[in-house]
Amino acid sequence: MGILYAALILGAMGLIFGLVLTFASNFFAVPANPTRDAIRDVLPSANCGACGYPGCDGCADAIACGKAPVNACPVGGADVGAKIAAIMGVEPASGADRKVARVICQGDCQSAKIKYVYTGIQDCVAASTVSDGFKSCQFACLGLGTCVKSCQFDAIHIDPEKQIAVVDEAKCTACGKCVSSCPKGVIELQYASAPVALLCHNTGMGKKVMDVCKNGCIGCQKCAKSCKFGAITMENNLPVIDREKCRGCQVCAEVCPTGAIRALQTRRVAEIDQSTCIGCTICARNCQFGAIEGSLKQPHKVNAACTGCGACAEKCPKKCITMKDATAPRDPKAAVEAPATKPVLTKPADKA
Amino acid sequence: MFGLRMFPGGTHPHERVNGKSVNGGNAIVDLPAPARVVIPLQQHIGAPAKALVKKGDAVLMGQKIGEAGGFVSAPVHASVSGKVVAVEEIEVAGGARTQAVVIENDHQDAWVELTPAAHPETMSAAELQQLIREAGIVGMGGAGFPTSVKLTPAGDKVIRTLVINGAECEPYLTADHRLMLEKAGQIIDGIRLIMLALDVKRAIIGVEKNKPDAIEALRACCTGVGGDGITVMALPVMYPQGGEKQLVYATTRRKVPAGGLPIDVGCVVCNVGTVYAVQQAIREGKPLVQRVVTMGGLVNNPGNFMVRIGTPVSALIEACGGLQNGTKMLISGGPMMGASLHSDEVPVTKTTSGVLALGDEAIDPEENPCINCGRCVKTCPMQLVPARLDLLVRNGDFDQAEKCGVLNCMECGACTFACPAKRLLTQSCRHGKRVISMRRKQEAAKAAAEKAKD
Repeated sequence: MGILYAALILGAMGLIFGLVLTFASNFFAVPANPTRDAIRDVLPSANCGACGYPGCDGCADAIACGKAPVNACPVGGADVGAKIAAIMGVEPASGADRKVARVICQGDCQSAKIKYVYTGIQDCVAASTVSDGFKSCQFACLGLGTCVKSCQFDAIHIDPEKQIAVVDEAKCTACGKCVSSCPKGVIELQYASAPVALLCHNTGMGKKVMDVCKNGCIGCQKCAKSCKFGAITMENNLPVIDREKCRGCQVCAEVCPTGAIRALQTRRVAEIDQSTCIGCTICARNCQFGAIEGSLKQPHKVNAACTGCGACAEKCPKKCITMKDATAPRDPKAAVEAPATKPVLTKPADKA
Repeated sequence: MFGLRMFPGGTHPHERVNGKSVNGGNAIVDLPAPARVVIPLQQHIGAPAKALVKKGDAVLMGQKIGEAGGFVSAPVHASVSGKVVAVEEIEVAGGARTQAVVIENDHQDAWVELTPAAHPETMSAAELQQLIREAGIVGMGGAGFPTSVKLTPAGDKVIRTLVINGAECEPYLTADHRLMLEKAGQIIDGIRLIMLALDVKRAIIGVEKNKPDAIEALRACCTGVGGDGITVMALPVMYPQGGEKQLVYATTRRKVPAGGLPIDVGCVVCNVGTVYAVQQAIREGKPLVQRVVTMGGLVNNPGNFMVRIGTPVSALIEACGGLQNGTKMLISGGPMMGASLHSDEVPVTKTTSGVLALGDEAIDPEENPCINCGRCVKTCPMQLVPARLDLLVRNGDFDQAEKCGVLNCMECGACTFACPAKRLLTQSCRHGKRVISMRRKQEAAKAAAEKAKD
């Protein structure tokens, strides 16, 4: 019989406490912001802090209050941005090109000279406290993996052969952790879609760079001089590529004597649809590389000098030029002289 | 009572062959100026000096070739007469890069016109400070903090005691020892001048007991020139006795607070080398263009040399009859705190107290796991727990490392020396300090960027 009393008393107590708690939770309820909660659900929950707010909760708060843009989360990228835009009832932020971390050094164990044999703690920051690192180039990636430890997304690794850091661009979320962890400042956030990139940040000139690394930028300005679009300017003995002006012709990467500027995308080439081309020569006159040949009123052809800058396709009045991935390497020698002046005949467009 | 004046912790680094026992007997020899000197424009803490000369200029010895680049900075002077052949970037000991003036020596040693102070005793403190500043004098014990800045008390800080560092606790190095023996009179004179510049009445020279001859020599001069207020104190032999905070505690029984400076307890610490340079600058008008450097370790004829600033280390090695077989490492400074050199072309600077050639013992042996013996804790003169800091830093918990006081570490190397498991504790602490300062810089940059946005 005694056990029944105990059960009854406990049950009654439970009921009373339950009622009190229900009352309290209703009476003292903090009004939640449903928008904020919805945003929080969409965010990736990595709590990496890449947005600049303390974790995903902080970011959700900021977006809900309108302090941060809907695409504030670099990890979530465009997908999450679109979802949050839907929640907030605004247009998804357009033109937000994806950024990725890039190791701007190609000073691997073959090309970069070693200053001394380092035997200390296997960490880049620790190594850089000893005579500023064991590579002769003060800007070089030390390849001891401080960035690897900092990455929450398994997107950066040390190449076992080259002994320098390599980013897996597919996994990279541009959170910037590796950038801030690198003692050499050798990692940079760059646009994933950039056709070319300078993979060196040694500000030295000529022999000084050549003495320490085979792949370093020697500040020769060949890239700047060869750029037909004026997209490259020199700053601190290093080329700066203007993203707005760059047409992706990759000529800079071609002329670079040390390979410090690298082409990151497959080269594109123009192809003229022979059936619709009217031979107006506009494309040939706009080609900076002499890559289009053909006489007036005859269908034109693209030769092996095409760099894929796309200027012809843009100007073609008949829209008969398409850009395709190149299958063969470019041959600058195939270039022909472009027609200098406008043809004196009547406008081909009128006749057609 | 003096025997009890001890800071906590400390260790006894070995004195090996060619260490102090050998070198202490070697009188200072003038090293002939090399054919070419490379004078870095940054040999001090603070802003680098700005070059005043360009390629092709003719310079005289003692001519100012670099102007102080700010308040915490120091001018740089030509250490030989000749022609400037280049102003270029070079790497100095420790890996820092700086602009340097390269001068081709014409072997005339033609001095600029020297203007010694006629009656420094009647000059005001500010005038004396200005003289010291113009002479480019920096802390010659190794840190290279501009002396004039140290002698200019900031705000309401009151300086009561001048502490002179003659401890020279690093093994091998005997440069200060020889200086105290040979230039005792000038050093005492220099101390009196600094006392005038600081307007203090009391100075204590701390010398480790293993240099009884130097203590004797200094004491003799103190009474000789009426060194009122100057005491020579024999200190126990214990590394790092020459550490600023340790020395202040040993000589005055005052504890410099964590993160503070000796000035917080009313003290200013100067090295004997610095004092000698001050004396030369005021009495003779000579700027800082040479210093005493100990060349020790595996060299054929170790010794102490009066070396022109900017002399390449290779010239120094040559003067000592070359390196012995088995040399594995060159070190600028002492074996405990010095920086290993990767090239013998780096120049001697105002802060190079020695160049050592070390053999196998300098190579880091393989690390073993910590056995929790606590020797590092016992040894640490800053009363930190190096083993714990090591663990925190290696596991990336820098916030906790900061809470545990990693920033108080002065990188004296006593813990690494004491560790039976050969763990690289000092490097770990250095790593932690570097990361914390990197983060602070990034935060400051971020805050500045945000401020600019608003």
